[in-house]
Amino acid sequence: MTIPLGHYLILAGIIFAIGLAGALTRKNAIIVLIAIELMFNAAILNLIAFWHYKQFAALTGQMFAIFAISIAAAESAIGLALVIAIYRHYKSVDVDDIKSLKG
Amino acid sequence: MNVHDTLFWFFSIAMLLCGVFVIANRNPVASAMALVLMFLFMAGLFVLLEAFFIAAIQVLVYAGAVMVLFLFVIMLLDIKASERRRFAFLGVFGGIVVAGAFVWEMRIILSQPVIPLQSGNTDLSAGLENVVKPLFQHYMLPFEVTALLLLVAMVGVVLLSKKDLK
Repeated sequence: MTIPLGHYLILAGIIFAIGLAGALTRKNAIIVLIAIELMFNAAILNLIAFWHYKQFAALTGQMFAIFAISIAAAESAIGLALVIAIYRHYKSVDVDDIKSLKG
Repeated sequence: MNVHDTLFWFFSIAMLLCGVFVIANRNPVASAMALVLMFLFMAGLFVLLEAFFIAAIQVLVYAGAVMVLFLFVIMLLDIKASERRRFAFLGVFGGIVVAGAFVWEMRIILSQPVIPLQSGNTDLSAGLENVVKPLFQHYMLPFEVTALLLLVAMVGVVLLSKKDLK
């Protein structure tokens, strides 16, 4: 095992930064959701890397990764349903067009 | 340089390229496809880390189910590729400041030595049986709560995407 833990952490940090940049700069609501998925994946990579290198008892890292994946699936489903509802109301998925709180 | 290292560098560089492509592309379908590729490379990294079950879940749930959902919504909404836009100089300056702070923090964190914890459990081979067993013993309550949350999410999605809420 010659790849140190730090390499995986730096990789996950860069992926998280890419996702954060996408979520902050893109205007399309679906691309914003995709960028949030990138950030989720970076966090899961961190969990698995820590699990593998430190060998915590009882597979805690993998358990948390499983829960994170299932929560992420539920989150993206809810997010996409919200995007569809917003599109029906505003006829646009541009996050800059959605300014009014009035229903 | 052995096979493990070569695969690590291949997967990580390909993943970063796909990640940049995901957020830089102006066509939503192309960025969703790049995201599928990125999830597959991430599954390869999980195999390198000997988390085989998570790698399978990554391919099935993320590259399969979640991406089909994204592609369906993109298809339903008929989104055009967004047009090129100008950079705001204040935004670029703020971005550089935030990115610099992030890199500086990462340097501080990664310069600390990592102290390994003493673990009691020695049975750590990550076969399917060993991964799933604690899910039904020690993590029973979180497992059931997650199931309930998925049910609530399903009901919420059906309600939210109904045409008229009555």
